[in-house]
Amino acid sequence: MTDVAVPITTRKDWSSDQDVRWCPGCGDYSVLAAVQFLLPELGVRRENTVFVSGIGCAARFPYYMNTYGMHSIHGRAPAVATGLAVTRPDLDVWVVTGDGDALSIGGNHLMHCLRRNVNLTILLFNNQIYGLTKGQYSPTSEVGKVTKSTPFGSLDTPFNPISLALGAEATFVARTHDMDRKHMMEVFRRAHAHKGAAFVEVYQNCNVFNDGAFEQVTGRAQREEMLIDLHHGEPIRFGGDGHLGVVMEAQGSLRIVEVDDVGEEALLVHDERREDPALAFALSRLSRGPYEPTPVGVFRAVERNDYGSLVDAQLLDAQARKGPGDLTALLNSGTTWTVD
Amino acid sequence: MTVSTDTAKPARPVESIDQIVIRFAGDSGDGMQVTGDRFTNESAIFGNDLSTLPNFPAEIRAPAGTMAGVSAFQVHISDHDILTPGDAPNVLVAMNPAALRANVTDVPTGGTIVVNSDAFDDRAIEKAGYAANPLVDGSLSQFRVYEVPMTALTLEACKPTGAKPREAERSKNFFALGLVSWLYQRPTETTIQWITERFGHNAVVVEANTLAFRAGYNFGETAELFESAYEISAATHEPGTYTNITGNTALAWGLIAAGQLGKVPLFLGSYPITPASDILHELSKHKNFGVRTLQAEDEIAGIGAALGAAFGGALGITTTSGPGIDLKSETVGLAVSLELPLLIVDIQRGGPSTGLPTKTEQSDLLHAMFGRHGEAPVPIVAAMTPSHCFYAAIEAVRIALKYRTPVFLLSDGYLANGSEPWKLPSVDDLPDISTSFATEPNGNGDGSDGAGSGGVDSAEGSAGGDGPTFLPYLRDPETLARPWAIPGTPGLEHRIGGLEKEDRTGNVSYDAVNHETMVRLRAAKIAGIAKDIPLLECDDPTGDAQVLVLSWGSTYAAALAGVRRVRKVGGRVAQAHLVHLNPFPSNLGEVVRRYPRVLIPEGNTGQLSKLVRADFLVDVRSLTKVQGTPFRVAEVERTIHGLLGEVGADAGADVTADAGATKTEGAAVA
Repeated sequence: MTDVAVPITTRKDWSSDQDVRWCPGCGDYSVLAAVQFLLPELGVRRENTVFVSGIGCAARFPYYMNTYGMHSIHGRAPAVATGLAVTRPDLDVWVVTGDGDALSIGGNHLMHCLRRNVNLTILLFNNQIYGLTKGQYSPTSEVGKVTKSTPFGSLDTPFNPISLALGAEATFVARTHDMDRKHMMEVFRRAHAHKGAAFVEVYQNCNVFNDGAFEQVTGRAQREEMLIDLHHGEPIRFGGDGHLGVVMEAQGSLRIVEVDDVGEEALLVHDERREDPALAFALSRLSRGPYEPTPVGVFRAVERNDYGSLVDAQLLDAQARKGPGDLTALLNSGTTWTVD
Repeated sequence: MTVSTDTAKPARPVESIDQIVIRFAGDSGDGMQVTGDRFTNESAIFGNDLSTLPNFPAEIRAPAGTMAGVSAFQVHISDHDILTPGDAPNVLVAMNPAALRANVTDVPTGGTIVVNSDAFDDRAIEKAGYAANPLVDGSLSQFRVYEVPMTALTLEACKPTGAKPREAERSKNFFALGLVSWLYQRPTETTIQWITERFGHNAVVVEANTLAFRAGYNFGETAELFESAYEISAATHEPGTYTNITGNTALAWGLIAAGQLGKVPLFLGSYPITPASDILHELSKHKNFGVRTLQAEDEIAGIGAALGAAFGGALGITTTSGPGIDLKSETVGLAVSLELPLLIVDIQRGGPSTGLPTKTEQSDLLHAMFGRHGEAPVPIVAAMTPSHCFYAAIEAVRIALKYRTPVFLLSDGYLANGSEPWKLPSVDDLPDISTSFATEPNGNGDGSDGAGSGGVDSAEGSAGGDGPTFLPYLRDPETLARPWAIPGTPGLEHRIGGLEKEDRTGNVSYDAVNHETMVRLRAAKIAGIAKDIPLLECDDPTGDAQVLVLSWGSTYAAALAGVRRVRKVGGRVAQAHLVHLNPFPSNLGEVVRRYPRVLIPEGNTGQLSKLVRADFLVDVRSLTKVQGTPFRVAEVERTIHGLLGEVGADAGADVTADAGATKTEGAAVA
């Protein structure tokens, strides 16, 4: 907006004066810290940064950021953020949401802001449980989950947020987790840099109602063998010394192999820029849940015009063709007659 | 209707009449809305005063020839100031037996019926539910019936175009339009020009429609069928430039004007719904005004996006009808809490649920007033005529911007699709409704302003300092409105949300006493708007009226027309109309207490009556109607006479109150 250099800031500058009130030990603290550490590195201004949220534990996020922010209605943050991003392309608009907020009550809005490619950075805190309402199962909870509302086990098949985002025509889809600040910061940095809707699933531990939901893949001891960090243009390898890898079967499904058994050249090379989302989708299905080796990082990052830019292009085109709006001309644009 | 002979026109005699009500009726695929609309425009350009009532089914194409598929368009034209589309048609043009059967009961004895006799074959007659051909069984003997073989004449006229008969037949509505245009001596050039513009991409259709239109006109002129043609002189309008406008177009233009007058970019978030979609269509055309429109994924997203845009400093608008209002209620409540400008436009239709999508009703008033959880007051402005939709839109936006509040703008299906001549305003005469954004901190950070530690710090500094602070809920003492501080403004970063906020700081607060303070502040802000709107004007020409007729919304027309009729026969009746429904004008209580009887006619089961009774303890009389059509003037007129009779009886005068007169076939008095 101005020529003045962006001031140098620290995490403290991005923290509001409000006490953070998540439960002690909540994974949300580490996501908040990752964002607050990252923003000073991005060369952005606090006044041009807006956090919009819906309802849920994650949705308290904006109150803790010393930026502009809105804590809106359950599920509706993508809709609110769409209106803001489309009318104010100069702003950095972030959406912070949870698995219930984004995938249950607000599923429709998430889907449509992804397909429209609205210029938003969307962080979905997935803890596979309803926290704020004290422990009901969520649309990402595993089948058979015993909660207060499902004492005999939940019956519904969960969503896979990455698969859902890919199916909704998202141009940027990524996953990270709350146990690794460096990984979060790198994924968030990529998401922020993406022009259009950037969707990030964050595995986030709810230590009160669903403690350890991701422990089998994100725990410090297990991580090396259980997280598959995706890197564009590189063979997909993980495990100690990269002894494991991913290959594609003839039918297109993926399989985990010992690299020594197949040779590195047989491994699948990750291509986040592929227009066809089939490969990213296959990667999103590699793990059936956070108890099998699970890909993290950027699944898909392709370029497509963002919605706000397209809207503005139509406005500019209309103004170029018809000139700026003239109210008198508008009122006289129908059939008129004069009475003397 | 006065009739005099005019000998000026050659060929066929032409009589002068002062007004006429014509209804065009046919299958929904017959183009009756186009026919009615063209006749209306010819009349408007000619200089008549007019009022229209389109009436069409919710189905796009119900089975041809059935009663369910009948679409009609009524237009009232006159040489003097009129208010309504007319209680009953003097002339019915029926394109098939179903159109005749669906409308004939509305035609008064002696009325004129013009039918397309070609459409009266056995199958069509049976499909319409007639046991015998009504053209021959004598059932129409109380009318003047003109049978015109419109299909055959249209096919004949269109022969030179080479169009196939099935295609050529589709021009028969233009034949009917030509015929009626001759009958009422309408100018024809604008219609021919319109046909060329509208169908220009298809030369055959342009030629066929033009030939059919001319053939209809010439048929009237030459066939020895009609005794005479009629002419209705131009009405005496104030000098100025006029256009014929529907409510939805006027409303859309009003929104564009409001954006310009408010100096804020307009953003519309909307989801298609009858009868509001035309506003979305119209606004989407005018991108050169900087208008952004989003056809959202649902009603909730429409208003959510509008609210997000408002947070960013735009004029956020959402347009819908009743079912959409249900869905938007939660976001309206958020807007009440956020105290941001937002306009919710409700083009009311028959409810509950999907109800009567294409029929008018005024039944969302209490929903607009109370349809949210918690104490969530919202100002309400209601349009009264099609052209008034323009001004009502500007007024609603003015209130929203000045008081940082969601505002309901109520229109209805009748206003939306009905039209009237509108004297175009001079843009210079429109009000400046601009507001300003906050640019500077408004607190001092030492705690004396209640800001606590909510310090706004420089980028290099730290949060919670002692420097200047920004208090997003520090109110303007006059309006109680809070500052509108938009993202991009350095130093004013703040967070707002649906959780209760601390007075002044806007921080989340669960404090019980603070909650009560905030509830009462929000209520006082809305109530205070009464100081900023005109007093209710009460028209009581003799100063001693016995009955006050108080209307709101589209009932204005029938109410005022009814009052005029009663006054013509010496009835002492006062008339007032509410544009602001929340808050009410501050003198409303005084006005309604002034008269022995207060009559409130409304297209619901007594919603305004409830509010007025509750606020002022005045036992108003409620005249109600929920038949998907506006009031007939006669319904209001009869009820006023009944109430005048009651007052006479109260006073011991020698007048008998006729209770029966207050019950009409169409409307109920409670």
